Amino acid sequence: MSFWTLFTKELLRFVKVSVQTVAAPVLTALLYLVIFGQVLEGRVQVFDGVRYTSFLVPGLVMMSVLQNAFANSSSSLIQSKITGNIVFILLAPISYAEFFWAYVAAAVARGLTVGAGVLACTAGFVELRLEAPVWAAAFAVLGAALLGALGVLAGIVSEKIDQLAAFQNFVILPLTMLAGVFYSIHSLPSLWRDISHANPFFYMIDGFRYGFFAASDIAPGVSLAVVAAAFAAVAAVCLLLLKSGYRLRN
Amino acid sequence: MSLDIEQGEFFGLLGPNGAGKTTLINVVAGLARADAGSASVMAADVTSDYRRARRMLGVVPQELVFDPFFTVRETLRIQSGYFGIRRNDAWIDEVMQHLDLTAKADANMRSLSGGMKRRVLVAQALVHKPPVIVLDEPTAGVDVELRQGLWEFVRRLNRDGHTIVLTTHYLEEAEMHCSRIAVLKAGRIVALDSTRNLLQTFAGSRISARVVARDGSRHLLQIEGYGQLERELARLRESGVEIADIEIERADLERVFLRITSE
Repeated sequence: MSFWTLFTKELLRFVKVSVQTVAAPVLTALLYLVIFGQVLEGRVQVFDGVRYTSFLVPGLVMMSVLQNAFANSSSSLIQSKITGNIVFILLAPISYAEFFWAYVAAAVARGLTVGAGVLACTAGFVELRLEAPVWAAAFAVLGAALLGALGVLAGIVSEKIDQLAAFQNFVILPLTMLAGVFYSIHSLPSLWRDISHANPFFYMIDGFRYGFFAASDIAPGVSLAVVAAAFAAVAAVCLLLLKSGYRLRN
Repeated sequence: MSLDIEQGEFFGLLGPNGAGKTTLINVVAGLARADAGSASVMAADVTSDYRRARRMLGVVPQELVFDPFFTVRETLRIQSGYFGIRRNDAWIDEVMQHLDLTAKADANMRSLSGGMKRRVLVAQALVHKPPVIVLDEPTAGVDVELRQGLWEFVRRLNRDGHTIVLTTHYLEEAEMHCSRIAVLKAGRIVALDSTRNLLQTFAGSRISARVVARDGSRHLLQIEGYGQLERELARLRESGVEIADIEIERADLERVFLRITSE
């Protein structure tokens, strides 16, 4: 019941400001599609038989899922900490695990909502087949969970908005942009290809794209294992911090 | 410090700013971790048995905090849900009625005045009917009408068996409502007794008498007990003062507080 209430509260929080939390990121993704699709269509080689705009859409969907999952948990936590209303959660008999999972589940919900919005708005403009929907769903949910957990971590550690903004601008944004949203890593020089393999975001986007084209740079099973391992590591850190009360119960 | 508060007490926790009142409350409420020692609420340890301890406790925080996304009713429903209570509207309505919040039930928290937000904080602390209620500066910035209504409601809760722990800088409120008081200074308890004993102890040792003479001159006598009064008045008469009026000032909690905390 406590978990469910916190999860519902977090859902209501972003639904009440859905123009900002859902409509705006959908519009941003559409602008990316219009600009990059127009400029790069026919100039960039991706998978055989796949047009660039078709290749781009799953990347934009996944990028939106990831960025909004992160934004949901991190902004909610930092706002609650700064305004002080987190005290209502801390005073309640909610375990640190319930706290973590409620924030992550709400982040997944927002990520998937925005992702579905981007997909719905872009699907009419491009040829898109969902060849392996289970893989696509698995990467969307697990990727959103990983970014939701990273958002919880950033929200716990940050004490000011600018600390969170630094985390978002210097960690999340570059890792997302350099994860193959706009290109296939096979078109990169070998050094950059190797560097891309160290970026966990690449596996999420590549694996999600497999769900659409049944083609990917890395085998989807390997990508899912990498994402699952990254989620387990971030979740473990979050749970340890929450259990200790770090920067929350002090 | 070592402190036991009995079930059903109306207990006052006083002290100057920085004495440790809010820190003590935060440790009991689980908002801060103690470096050493332990705390429990109704025999439930606040760390190892935190779920039970927190269900026993309702805390009205000192800061005027609120969630700007929700209405008053939504806020109270969410707070109920945190405590595992699904259908709580009957009690929520009753609490809102007592705190004069019914007309604002569907208003967004952002639109409320400071006093109204304070009322919602009190309501949030009561949604799960906790047997122990901690009021950390509950009447700061609150108008007289709400203050009266709030104390009436809190006294009723106390009569119904709820334990009340109050911190306040309005010492006349502590004097009026608390049966026992602890005075904290620099993280230590420097006085702990019933309110009556504290007043009697310090009233007996320091009294002010304002004497007005027939010629209009005024004299302030600071004496250690009533036994000294006649001797000091005689001294005044010997010096040619014709006494027209005497006003004896009873020691109140404010003076007791100042004396204790300045020692």
